[in-house]
Amino acid sequence: MNKGVFGMRQARTSPSSPSGGEPGGAARRRPGFRMVMDAAQTSGPWWLPILSVTAAMIFCAFLIALNGLNPLVVYADMVQGAFGSGYGLGETVVKAIPLLLCGIGVALAYRIAFWNIGAEGQFLAGAMGATAVTMYLPHLPGPVDIPAMFVAGALAGAVWGLLPGVLRVYFQVNELISSLMLNYVAALLLDYFVFGPWKDPMGYNFPGTPMFQPWQQLMTFGGSRVHLGLGFALAAVALYGFVLNYTRWGYELRVLGASPAVARYAGISIGRKILTVMLLSGALAGVAGMSEVSGVAHRLMYGVSPGYGYTAIIVAWIAKLHPVGLILASVLFGGVIVGGYSVQTIGLPASMSLMLQGAILLFLIGGETLSRVRIVRNGPNGEENAAVHPAPEKRGGEAWM
Amino acid sequence: MNGLAVSYSVEMNGIVKRFGRVLANDHATFAARPGEIHALLGENGAGKSTLMSILSGLYRPEAGEIRLYGRPVPLQSPKDASALGIGMVYQNFRLVPTLTAVENLVLGERGFRWLGRSWRREKEEEIGGLLDQFGLYFPADRPIWQLSLGEQQRVEIVKVLYRGADIIVLDEPTSVLTPREAADLFRALHQMKAAGKTVILTTHKLKEVMAWADRITVMRKGRTVRTMETRETDEKELARLMVGRDVMLAGAAPRTAPGEVLLRVRDVEVIGEHGRPALQGLNLEVRRGEIVGVAGVAGNGQRELAECLTGLRPWNRGTVEFEGESLSPRLSAKDMITRGIGHIPEDRMKTGLAGKLSVLDNLLLKSYRSRECSPCGLLFLRRWERRMEGLIHQFDVKTPSLHTAVQQLSGGNQQKLLFAREIEQHPHLLIAVHPAQGLDVGVTEAVYRILMDLRNEGTGILLISEDLDEVMHLSDRILMMCAGRIKGEFTRDRSDRETIGLLMAGVSPGEEAAV
Repeated sequence: MNKGVFGMRQARTSPSSPSGGEPGGAARRRPGFRMVMDAAQTSGPWWLPILSVTAAMIFCAFLIALNGLNPLVVYADMVQGAFGSGYGLGETVVKAIPLLLCGIGVALAYRIAFWNIGAEGQFLAGAMGATAVTMYLPHLPGPVDIPAMFVAGALAGAVWGLLPGVLRVYFQVNELISSLMLNYVAALLLDYFVFGPWKDPMGYNFPGTPMFQPWQQLMTFGGSRVHLGLGFALAAVALYGFVLNYTRWGYELRVLGASPAVARYAGISIGRKILTVMLLSGALAGVAGMSEVSGVAHRLMYGVSPGYGYTAIIVAWIAKLHPVGLILASVLFGGVIVGGYSVQTIGLPASMSLMLQGAILLFLIGGETLSRVRIVRNGPNGEENAAVHPAPEKRGGEAWM
Repeated sequence: MNGLAVSYSVEMNGIVKRFGRVLANDHATFAARPGEIHALLGENGAGKSTLMSILSGLYRPEAGEIRLYGRPVPLQSPKDASALGIGMVYQNFRLVPTLTAVENLVLGERGFRWLGRSWRREKEEEIGGLLDQFGLYFPADRPIWQLSLGEQQRVEIVKVLYRGADIIVLDEPTSVLTPREAADLFRALHQMKAAGKTVILTTHKLKEVMAWADRITVMRKGRTVRTMETRETDEKELARLMVGRDVMLAGAAPRTAPGEVLLRVRDVEVIGEHGRPALQGLNLEVRRGEIVGVAGVAGNGQRELAECLTGLRPWNRGTVEFEGESLSPRLSAKDMITRGIGHIPEDRMKTGLAGKLSVLDNLLLKSYRSRECSPCGLLFLRRWERRMEGLIHQFDVKTPSLHTAVQQLSGGNQQKLLFAREIEQHPHLLIAVHPAQGLDVGVTEAVYRILMDLRNEGTGILLISEDLDEVMHLSDRILMMCAGRIKGEFTRDRSDRETIGLLMAGVSPGEEAAV
């Protein structure tokens, strides 16, 4: 019971305690502070992501200082690079587009506690699907090209997303493993195409397809590299928010996310929900892949994704799956990537941004757990938290693996 | 222990304990003698578990004193209490599932060391002696997770005895037991009593108390109401003391003439969870406006029966007719809901209600699909607030708001919420499984009244319960279920009661007392 006594000792007794004149024999008090887990709290407060980003920056500041650089200067450079100029801002948005699309995709799956970590593979599948249209249907009439690529990208991503769903629903294969493994399959498949059949014959052996024709490229806005994918992403996030909160389907996802047993009892088909969610989740990542090749790279090439699908997992988590949070988090992480490039000039590697991403996730996950811990004054009142909060004995919300 | 001065083994005086702003014990007093079974009776939240946790050293009181055999003792921790011979058997067992019973018992023993096979055999013998002495049997060499709940409880009790406890406190010991296991438990407690130990148990089951306790202390709202000899009181008085007013359990109301047959189940066979047949040619009928009670010890197919009728489990042989229409075994839970079959599941917080979701979300769980509720697939929760507000008012669900997570409500309010939702669907048939399990007298009363009202409005109700009193009390007809079949139909006559009791207890003589 008293193992968790925090070092501090309480100097004064609480004035409100009805300690007064009871006869001897009552238990002696052990003042101090203790940590207890709050059973009623299920998720951290809204400001937790902000706090964890701050903590991650402070943590990384030490590492930067170890490199002999002034962390404040480095951070200022990063912010300047990512948000300080029209160009930087544009680049940040360009990076935020795939993060947002993939982030919505994984957030949708996490809503029903389906742990899809395969957004990277679904992104690459979408990129390949869109490129396939340019490779195999070169004579499509111009205006049809973009819609065809969009559909092909979404379909390819959806199929890639559906695979772990099918494996899970019909063969009870854990989606964590299958969706992760499919990332490698997709990456290697992409390698095969860009090193093999799709390689640009005029490309000086560069592992990439020929450049897309102008009508196969997404339109861009006002001289920047920001492309129509931004429209897709914002439409998707608006739809995501609306569907979750104001539709029958969104309600069903909420019930399923809270408790599969209750969903079954209410007549919600769990298998069908998983499959449709994964179709959509994969399609969103696939659209991200399509808009990346069609809007930014203008070709499919080796290393087309710097790990957008993985970063999207952090984006979804830090956004707490909330639509507005998704927008903010994807811009933030876009900025971290761009800022990482800009500090290369002062002698830090661009992997600085990876370090910061990792630290943010670490502090967020740690914070989620710690936010459930209450520091309780060890008075006469506080021995047990169990009775203060009616402890939910059977919480139905565990993941159902 | 014979002297007059120490006639009480436990005395607790003026105990005050506060949790936040809730006063759990308000100058509670309690006294028990060696060689008696003393029942501490009270509704959920009356403070009886708190009082016993103070006795076992888990909580420290803010005021009051505790005397053991006449001497005041400071109880600082469960360790202190254990050293003074107080052993507590908690509602949630504290055993290591992967270790065997014997390993669990010796774990944490003072000076515990592993001394090889011969030492182990010695310990097993020592523990075997305890088992024989009190008639508490369990397989000692199997890991805990393989044991039934009743067996695990016996391990817990033996653990307490093994540590040399003279004062044994059991918190709601029968809540997890079948009637037969409960009878075994009480026989063992009787042995302990005969050995001069003080046996204290908290409960809210009046029948058990009347059958087994020597003395009874009733608590209400943190205060001790009265302590009395069991033979000087009766159930009615106890119920009144517990609730603080006269309890009128609805029921025994004149049976209205039942209507036509609503549900007809013929020769249904079902494979259960473990791949073995759980229902083997089951037949039953429910008419409109009647309550059909299915009695029987858990694990005889009741769960599967409820699951079949609510679309959660397909049957592989036989027919089910509902409202004159033959149902396909492939029908889903959704189909059953739309046909008007309501369901009060046995584990309300696991199946019936999503604890993390709000009261409002949970209330819409059955109706969200209707065109009225979500036209074109759009569901605007806000529009339903006022109506649901009225509903929870009607069913007297106490909640801070519609947006409170259901897991923060008390068990009684959760059950009322569940009933509110199911009844709002105006079901034609209601499958109610253990509808009053774990509820105190007050809420039980409310639940029974809801069921009776529903019946009088013409709904057919299939009541599946292990609690024979409940079944006898509410049902127009009683079916006895055993090994996946209906073993007989009874009315609620006195004479039948004995037969049902015997059947439930496994037809071994001498078991009647348990029922």
